[in-house]
Amino acid sequence: MASLVEVKNLVRKFGDNTAVADISFTIEEGEVFSLLGPNGAGKTTTISMLSCLLEPTAGDASVGGFSVTSQPLQVKNVIGVVPQEIALYDDLTALENLMFWGRMYGMGGAALKQRVSEVLEQVGLADRAKERVKTYSGGMKRRINIGVGLLHRPRLLFMDEPTVGIDPQSRRNILDSVKELNRQGMTVLYTTHYMEEAEELSTRVGIIDHGKLIALGTQRELTKLVGEMDTLRLHLNDGDDVASLADGLRSLPEVIQATTLDHQIALIVPDAQEALPPALSKSMDLGYKVRSVDIEEPNLEAVFLHLTGRALRD
Amino acid sequence: MSKLFIIGFKDLRVMFRDRAALILMLAAPFVLTLGLGLVTGGFNQSTGAVSNIPVVVVNNDDGMLGQSLANLFASAELNDLFDVTREPDAAAARRLVDEGTTAAAVLIPAGFTGSIIPDSQTGQSGDLVRVEVYRDPGRPVSSGVAQAVVESFISQVETGRIGGQIAVEQLLASGAILPADIPQVVQTMSHGPAGQADRDIIQVRNTATDAAGPNEIDPMAFLAPGMAMLFLMYTVSLGGRSILDERREGTLARMLSTPTRGSQVLTGKTFGIYFVGVAQMMILIVASSLLFRLDWGDPLAVFVLVLSIVAGAAGWGLLLAAVAKTPSQVSSVGMAMALLFGLIGGSFFGGTITGPLGTLSKITPNSWGQDGFAMLARGDSLVDLLPVIAALWIMCFVLVGVAVAIFNRKGMLQR
Repeated sequence: MASLVEVKNLVRKFGDNTAVADISFTIEEGEVFSLLGPNGAGKTTTISMLSCLLEPTAGDASVGGFSVTSQPLQVKNVIGVVPQEIALYDDLTALENLMFWGRMYGMGGAALKQRVSEVLEQVGLADRAKERVKTYSGGMKRRINIGVGLLHRPRLLFMDEPTVGIDPQSRRNILDSVKELNRQGMTVLYTTHYMEEAEELSTRVGIIDHGKLIALGTQRELTKLVGEMDTLRLHLNDGDDVASLADGLRSLPEVIQATTLDHQIALIVPDAQEALPPALSKSMDLGYKVRSVDIEEPNLEAVFLHLTGRALRD
Repeated sequence: MSKLFIIGFKDLRVMFRDRAALILMLAAPFVLTLGLGLVTGGFNQSTGAVSNIPVVVVNNDDGMLGQSLANLFASAELNDLFDVTREPDAAAARRLVDEGTTAAAVLIPAGFTGSIIPDSQTGQSGDLVRVEVYRDPGRPVSSGVAQAVVESFISQVETGRIGGQIAVEQLLASGAILPADIPQVVQTMSHGPAGQADRDIIQVRNTATDAAGPNEIDPMAFLAPGMAMLFLMYTVSLGGRSILDERREGTLARMLSTPTRGSQVLTGKTFGIYFVGVAQMMILIVASSLLFRLDWGDPLAVFVLVLSIVAGAAGWGLLLAAVAKTPSQVSSVGMAMALLFGLIGGSFFGGTITGPLGTLSKITPNSWGQDGFAMLARGDSLVDLLPVIAALWIMCFVLVGVAVAIFNRKGMLQR
């Protein structure tokens, strides 16, 4: 059976800048497929091309069997889009927003009213449906933003960093919603730069950086890329020259890789227990005092670190 | 429902929820009209402080009603209200109105009395003749007062006639006249104009559109449409801004991610600008008719003219959105455009600008609109307005065409 999404050598350039560089992947029906990468990696550009908002510079993709370059209207009937920004009308109520967007998807009459009620229940805002969106909290707006994407019961839902800038409770609510939608059979393409979200939600993960898909697979398949390596995270004090210390730590035979992020140094090491004493000793020798240490088992962050030499939030 | 209307009505709803926009769209034109009206004296007439209205009366009727009507205008009761001139010649009286010397001419034709009161010898009324009120539409309030006095007079005459009819019935009931006389009496009472509406005895005419001399225009007649169009230009710039706002806020992209073509979204947004503009103009026109007692002319022609003016203005709003890079740029340029167009389009002072500036003013909907409203105020018909309407729609299509080309070149609505 053909994949729901087939991306073939997709390229998008903005002038001399290549935002997406020849990426290919597939998404199967029923999957939650995550594109994981830092800001500016090309995630939103990829989703924009797949949702027919941007024309690819080269390559093509099919969604539900329709080409994004030659059959955009058919593709748009298959997909629902939850954009990164909250794309709602602040001066309209949640109910009016949903009715408007439902009509834009070709819905109407009693069926639309019924569906709007269902979606309001689903996102937990039925009791505040007649209030203007501008009176909502950020998390509530996010939930309506997602609700709009669900109105026409799309086969495939694109969610572009839907948890950016919201409180932990709303974030939890959104992640649970994604899992519930997937349990009900909806296929989801989810972009994020939060490794934990990709780990929690995804059937498969594509790691994207500088417009290139640098790794693709299940979490287990990806963590195998870094072998059985541990991550040793050293927390330093404000004002410490972490770059200088990272250079010093790279000279240790127990350290495979050392990267910096804010006041932290992440060390990829074969055995965290074994590498910790010499790492602390070296730090003291160089005049640095380590405030605390985290030991992490292999995860997607470590995979990204391993593949790019940078942390996800660099 | 078509996507165009869905988007257009959404914009209308969003715009009318914005209090700041409402103040600028609806309250500001009223305040400015009020302020400028006070400064120019345009409200002296409409606030009840009407006095010394120049009226010329021509009485060619040798009967008692004609004399009574003529005397009414010169009566002590109306002495402060009217400055009456007697003139024997109807053509000369009309000319005085055409030249703007007087606000209205009351023309009482020969045989007026005889057409209403049956002859005492024959019991027959003469053929229907009408009192004519020849008005200067540039002075709607003053000439309207003169017309109202004539209507009131005719109404009283009619009341007297009906009273007479009732009196005959009472005489019959009391035996004062015999039943055999009833057909004769009824024929006498019903002959002539009896039973016709008062208005049938009065003919109201406005001055000819090609009046020779420049009229003294009532300031309200150009201030109200001028201010309405000035702020219409601001409204269409707000509409244009909404396109860039939607692009910035992501709702434009979201619309394009639904099964909707870019051209549909752009047309829908244009409909939105249009709906808001038409709503604004119609609200201002209806409200000024009620509050300022301003007679805008034939309602159908006014409506068609409004549709055309807003079309021309919407074209400018769309072009502004197409060339601007940011919403704030649209706001600042839009405000400048509204003021500039108002200035050269005659919104502040009425009349027609001549010379190069006059030619330049023809790029503004204000100028064409001002001409159109002036024509309607002079009593012109929808047919007379056709050149103005055509010019405004041509302006709309040209500007929208250019805007679409720019939008396409920018790739804003490519899918």
